[in-house]
Amino acid sequence: MIQLEDVWRIFRVGEGEVHALKRVSLTIKRGEHVALVGPSGSGKSTLLHIVGCLDRPTKGRYLLEGREVGTLSEEERSLIRRHRIGFVFQFFHLLPRLSALANVELPMLFAGTPPEERRERAAQTLKAVGLSHRATHRPDQLSGGERQRVAIARAVVMDPAVLLADEPTGNLDRASAGEVMELIERMNARGLTLVVVTHDPAIAERAKRVIRMDDGELVGGSA
Amino acid sequence: MRFWDLLAFAAGALRGHRLRTALSVTGVAVGISAVVALTALGEGARRYVVDQFAALGSNLLVVLPGKVETTGGPPFGGVTHDLTLDDYRAIARLQRVRRSAPLAVATDTVHFKDRGRAVPVLGTTADFAAVRRLAIGSGKFLPPGDPDQGGSEIVLGVTVAQELFRNENPLGQIVRVGPWRFRVVGVLAPRGRSLTFNMDDLVLIPVRTAMRVFNRSSLFRILVDVRMRDEMSLTRRDVEKLMAERHRVEDVTVITQDALLSAFSSILNALTLALVGIASVSLAVAGVGIMNVMLVSVTERRAEIGLLKALGAQDRQVLAAFLAEAVLLATGGGVAGLALGAGAIRAFVGIYPNFPASPPLWAVAAALALSFAVGVGFGVWPARRATRLDPVAALAKR
Repeated sequence: MIQLEDVWRIFRVGEGEVHALKRVSLTIKRGEHVALVGPSGSGKSTLLHIVGCLDRPTKGRYLLEGREVGTLSEEERSLIRRHRIGFVFQFFHLLPRLSALANVELPMLFAGTPPEERRERAAQTLKAVGLSHRATHRPDQLSGGERQRVAIARAVVMDPAVLLADEPTGNLDRASAGEVMELIERMNARGLTLVVVTHDPAIAERAKRVIRMDDGELVGGSA
Repeated sequence: MRFWDLLAFAAGALRGHRLRTALSVTGVAVGISAVVALTALGEGARRYVVDQFAALGSNLLVVLPGKVETTGGPPFGGVTHDLTLDDYRAIARLQRVRRSAPLAVATDTVHFKDRGRAVPVLGTTADFAAVRRLAIGSGKFLPPGDPDQGGSEIVLGVTVAQELFRNENPLGQIVRVGPWRFRVVGVLAPRGRSLTFNMDDLVLIPVRTAMRVFNRSSLFRILVDVRMRDEMSLTRRDVEKLMAERHRVEDVTVITQDALLSAFSSILNALTLALVGIASVSLAVAGVGIMNVMLVSVTERRAEIGLLKALGAQDRQVLAAFLAEAVLLATGGGVAGLALGAGAIRAFVGIYPNFPASPPLWAVAAALALSFAVGVGFGVWPARRATRLDPVAALAKR
């Protein structure tokens, strides 16, 4: 479902070039749970951004669900992000002025979903992450774990094919981290493809497959 | 994205920064209220002048001696023929003229007992009241009859009557103008200033008597009331032709009110435009204020913009969201400015009740359209910056 073929990502920095990704070839099947690990600056976030259509490969091919997406227009890539990809970030990135419910509604807002349907689906998804009782609370009234669960609800409310999590537990205590991981693993068990970037070995161990990166390259034969 | 969702999203973002929002709304409000108030004043001035002309009698032609009127010079040029009472009679007999009134003018002191008041003394006939739409407060106007019969009646303006007679009834009393004695037959109703003369502060006597009192052979003006409004220029030509025949040379000037009116009108329109131009400067300043606020907002909300893109918001949706914010700020200011301007006009009218200041409808519509345009115009650039933001970089920072 996710297929990268000899992908390079090269940043121009001043006069020089930084090779954030080199020769990355990778296949992730539908429903897999993959952990992407490696030291800081190893290129794992860059890889995640390319997989999430936020960034484009400098060279190489990227096929999502059999479709070449690296060369699509920004407009079409927005639609892929909207419908096929869910993001979870280390710092949650909830909009502080909106309630938990409204935050979950946000992707549907831009999709033009009618208000009643939007509210309904957001409420259901909040229920699925166990936060129905927090629906009207704003992010600053929620704990870290709760915020991340709201963010997860927002990521999956459009029913994407793949959930990309960038250090989802990096800002949480151990108990909350456990809850959050259990939640996304439950979703994975129901068929959602899961890619988690982490440098926490405990989190990485939970994945069925671990992809190690160093200096922009995949390490070992895990690909 | 639905339109109302877009507006609600933008409004929500603005509510997040109440003070900043209020200040930029105020900026636009000041600009718009200035535009509205100043157009109202300009328009009021124009209407004031038009009203004054209407009060003068809207079908009025004015005949004056001399081909070109030179203001500020001696009123009677030596090279031209006098305007005589015979001229007046000839004009009054013209087909298209409803009525006409001769006018001889000088300033003299009117005495009653030991009190005196220097006022314009107008010599004319009974028709003057109708030509100039004058109403009588008490008594009668000058008696009709042959203008060459100089009587000794006098009609007082209301201020003159009050000043000279205080609490006494002036009717039937004798007043003096120089050595001449006049019997008061009437007092005008209050009228106020009407462009040329303050109708409250003058006296009227029969024209023949006036010419004798002033020792003049020429009239100051002949006023002509035309029957039909659309025969003004025809009548004007009639009068010019008649006078050319009578004097064997074209030596009179005939002014229509329309000519004066359109001259005044174009001057006042220019004035209004100038005022609006000045007010627009403050609107432009307010627009730059909005741009500034939106730029700050875009910089502050990098993470939000990155997130919206990650959630699948298209560039044009991000653009629309930020543009909607700018437009909301501006039109909010526009509406507030209209209210503010209306308040200012009301206050002004409270102080000067006679001044017909009210914003013309087009100005209200234009003000709203203008505020919308300011929002779009000054919001586009910040909004475009928002769409150009790289989501990866925007999300990387907390």
